[in-house]
Amino acid sequence: MEGFIHQVISGIATGGIYASVALALVMIYQATHHVNFAQGEMATFSTYITLTLINIGLPYWVAFLGAVAISFVIGVAIERLLMRPVANAPVLTSVGVFVGLLLIVNSVTGWMFDYTIKQFPSPFSGKPMLGGFLSGHELGSTGVTLAVLISVYLFFKHTRLGLAMRAAAFNPVSSRLVGVRVGWMLALGWGLAAAIGSVAGCMVAPIVFLDPNMMSGILLYAFAGALLGGIDSPLGAVLGGFMVGVIENLGGAYVVGTELKLTLALIIIISVLTLKPSGLMGRKVYSRV
Amino acid sequence: MRASWLIAILVLIAAIWPVATFSGYHLFQLTMVVVYAIAILGLAILTGINGQISLGHGAFYAIGAYTTAILMASWDVPYWVTLPVSAVVCAGVGFLVGLPALRLGGLYLALTTFALAVAIPQVLKHKAFETWTGGVQGLVIDKPEAPFDLPLTSDQWLYLFSLFVGVIMYALAVNLTQGRIGRAMRAVRDHAVAAEAMGINLAMLKTRTFAVSAMYTGVAGSLGAIAVAFVAPDSFSVFLSITFFVGLVAGGAASIGGTIIGAIFIEFVPNLADKVSKAAPGAVYGVILIVMMFLMPKGAGGFVADMWRKLVKAGGR
Repeated sequence: MEGFIHQVISGIATGGIYASVALALVMIYQATHHVNFAQGEMATFSTYITLTLINIGLPYWVAFLGAVAISFVIGVAIERLLMRPVANAPVLTSVGVFVGLLLIVNSVTGWMFDYTIKQFPSPFSGKPMLGGFLSGHELGSTGVTLAVLISVYLFFKHTRLGLAMRAAAFNPVSSRLVGVRVGWMLALGWGLAAAIGSVAGCMVAPIVFLDPNMMSGILLYAFAGALLGGIDSPLGAVLGGFMVGVIENLGGAYVVGTELKLTLALIIIISVLTLKPSGLMGRKVYSRV
Repeated sequence: MRASWLIAILVLIAAIWPVATFSGYHLFQLTMVVVYAIAILGLAILTGINGQISLGHGAFYAIGAYTTAILMASWDVPYWVTLPVSAVVCAGVGFLVGLPALRLGGLYLALTTFALAVAIPQVLKHKAFETWTGGVQGLVIDKPEAPFDLPLTSDQWLYLFSLFVGVIMYALAVNLTQGRIGRAMRAVRDHAVAAEAMGINLAMLKTRTFAVSAMYTGVAGSLGAIAVAFVAPDSFSVFLSITFFVGLVAGGAASIGGTIIGAIFIEFVPNLADKVSKAAPGAVYGVILIVMMFLMPKGAGGFVADMWRKLVKAGGR
């Protein structure tokens, strides 16, 4: 029983990371109906920026915030330069551009920071906590993730800018008529998604170690989480991310073993899409013909 | 119509000529071009002509390769017998994958097949299948020799054999896509609802297209395994699927002839780029993908076809 509780709790800890990447995916999907295949590689790149800033002697949290800010700028720039021209292009085009972005970011990461596996420091102590169920890092990273999720929620619900961003995603034409600058709202959304991704990268790097392909598996779990919760529902994506974390941990410990964990994500994705394509909290979309 | 026959024959002559003049390694590279061309052809039938985006065709390539390798290593089946077997196996798997894919519009299908591509090496490595797949180590198979005492080296024979299979596959594909079924595929791509109203059975057509596409890529996988004489889980990573996608886009998604250009591209460009740095092939692929999407959405094949049409028009006047 104790082992079971341990698995659930550490599942929640990793689930928090999936939840933040899933949230980043959903934010871009809601606004543009694109799925960002490069989200994971962008987060990895941000994590390397954090490491570089730490290595030049900045304290951890300064480096962390600096990397978040840089990621935000990169996200805005990518939207402005690459995504704007293909906003209304066919799906094949947008998938092509995203896969291209994935390849470029991955190669640039490998080229700038080389391919060796690196250790990444954790700001939290490694001592076990909560009666030995959780390491200090797991507890701390869950706290950081929750703080990010809550502040994103507050931002969208209680600020004028958040309202404008929601309006731009919900109904671009009407928002433009009332004076919302829709294009800039999309760019801001990209920036926020990149910033959230960078937090997730920094939180997961001490556990899985840092290399250019660090996030490829995590991106898959985040996809699964986003689909499970409903790809157009931010709250659903967060819940879905936590659920996938727990399912993955329990499945890995008791059902399929650690070698098939990625296959588990594939099974979640296929079952959600065939059994309940709108996810747990998503809206059903009807289209007129 | 006659012009395209002429081009096909010219390409074939150009393809047979290297047998006499090229050395072993260059012939091997050309064999891989044929293999990749068949694989991309499968993807073109699905993505370009039927409009279902797949980012996971490396999985079917892997299944084809492993079918051949297991048959040859465990049961001593002759290499050419494994091709029809792997065609049947991959068509079956493709049909099954196509079933859930029916409910998925463009983007979700891309996502699901992407997940398939990421997951497949783990499945191949798994202990349960280790007696057949050889686990992480993979399987080594024998390179076939030329039959009937023909005075050919094994590389030359392998190239001719792949070329022979390739010609059959291309002829079949042209036949399929230019006939009634091909028009139905395009109709589904361009307007699914209108196609259904005209009496096309959407579910049947889409799943069967998936099966045909998987079959093509699977046969390519088999040929690839015979040519390399070795299969291992890590050679079928998600990067392979992305490579096929890059080849498809570079050649032109809906262009049958373009698949050859795409195959030449993915065989030779990484080799050239590798000399610059380890990161270069990925970066080149990425840049090419984005540039093609912006400047040449129909790919090199579509571009050449457009130029040709203009030329014919100008000549006719």
